[in-house]
Amino acid sequence: MATVCAVIASTHHPFYYRASTAVGDDRPPFADAWVEKIERFRETLTAARPDVLVMVGSDHFHQLWLDNMPQFLVGKAPTYDANWYNEEREFGLPRFHLAGEEQLSEHILRQGLDSGFDLAFSNELRIDHSITCPIITLRPEADLPIVPIYTNIFAPPLPPPWRFVELGRQIRAMVESWPSQQRVAIIGTGHLSLELGGPRQFGPHGPDPEFDRRAVDWIARGDVTGCLEEVTLDSLHLPGNATHGFMDFMLMMGAAGDGVPADHVDSLDLFHTMEAYFTWFPGGDPRTGAVR
Amino acid sequence: MSKYLLNKFLFTVDRDPELVERYRTDPVGLVEWWEAEMANRILGSISEERSTWLAFTDEERRALRTHDHVALFGMGAHPFLTLTLFIAMFERDHGPLEYQKAYGAALAHLSLPYPDIAT
Repeated sequence: MATVCAVIASTHHPFYYRASTAVGDDRPPFADAWVEKIERFRETLTAARPDVLVMVGSDHFHQLWLDNMPQFLVGKAPTYDANWYNEEREFGLPRFHLAGEEQLSEHILRQGLDSGFDLAFSNELRIDHSITCPIITLRPEADLPIVPIYTNIFAPPLPPPWRFVELGRQIRAMVESWPSQQRVAIIGTGHLSLELGGPRQFGPHGPDPEFDRRAVDWIARGDVTGCLEEVTLDSLHLPGNATHGFMDFMLMMGAAGDGVPADHVDSLDLFHTMEAYFTWFPGGDPRTGAVR
Repeated sequence: MSKYLLNKFLFTVDRDPELVERYRTDPVGLVEWWEAEMANRILGSISEERSTWLAFTDEERRALRTHDHVALFGMGAHPFLTLTLFIAMFERDHGPLEYQKAYGAALAHLSLPYPDIAT
C-alpha cells in the first residue's frame, strides 16, 4: 500500500511569490525572514521524498460558483492548469500546470463514496492559489503529480468543523489503502484569523492575535478534541470574517492524527494575517533518522 | 433583495478584464448592460435557455452604479468578491495598501455580527 510520508498544513499567503521575488526598493523589509522560514519548511517536504501530492484547498469563486456549489470536490484529470487572471492581476502569481495522479483520484472518490462522503468530482479543474501557493513555497519545481481536493469554506451554508476533521481522517485512511508503492504527502492550506472586505482587514497583525496563538497551539499539539470543543461555525465569525478557512487546518489535524504533535512548527506575524507552517512525519522524522 | 444576483454581478465582472475596465469607467452603463444581458444568463448555457426571474432592487442597482462598497457589505454581498473587484478598479490610484486600508476604514462603524452572506 501507499505510504503517507508527510502531512503538511500551511497558510496560503498569495503575496509570498511577489515578496520573495522582488528586488531593490520593491522588496518588502520582511521578505528575507519570510523566505528563510519557507526554505526551512520546504526542507521538510523534500526530506520526506514524496512521489505524489494530495493538495487540499478551497476554490475562491474561480471555477466553483453559487449555481452549482459542491461542499467537497476531488479533481480527477490528467493535467491541472493553475492560477487565474484575477490572481495574476492582484498577486502577480504565475501561470503553470501540474500533472494529475488520476489513479489516486479514482481511489479516493470510490473509497469516499463507499464510506459516507458524497464527494463531488471535476474532470477539468483550473486550480487557484489555495493549491498553487503551497506548490510555490514547498515544491517550486512543480514536478510531482497531484490530487486536488477542494473544500467549501467560503459560500455558506458550510459543512461543520467536525466534518472537516472527519474528512481529514478519511483522506489519510484512503491514501494508506491505495494499492501502490508510492510515497504520498498530504498538504492542506487554510487561514488563521483573517478579515477580507470588512473593517478589520489589512491591520498591522491578523485581526485576532489571541485566536492565532491558540490555533497554533491546537495544531502543534494535535489537540483535535480541544479545538473541536471551542470552534463552531458561529464562533469562527468572531476572529475575522474569513476565518472559516481555519477549518482546512482542522481537516489537516484529522489527517495528522488525534494527539499527534507536529514535527515542524513555525509561524510569522505579518501585517493582515499570521503565517503558520506545520509538518508531521508519520514514519518518523527523516531529517534525524528517528523512527516513529 | 438578491444577494445571489449581487454576487453574480461581482463574480462575472471581476473575472473579465474588459468588464472590470468598463465598470471602472462607466458604472451606470455597465450595470444597465449587465442587468439586461447577463443577470438571467445561466453561466455555461446558451442565451435561449436563460432564467426569467432575476432583477436588482432599486437599492442594489444604486449601490452598484455608485461603486458603494459599504452599501454592498450591508446588503450581504460576498465581501471577498467585492474587495477583489474594487481592488482591481481602484488600487492603481493609490499608494501601497492605501486603498485597502481606506476600504476597511469606510466600514469602521460596523460591528459584529456582520450582515449574513448566506445565499
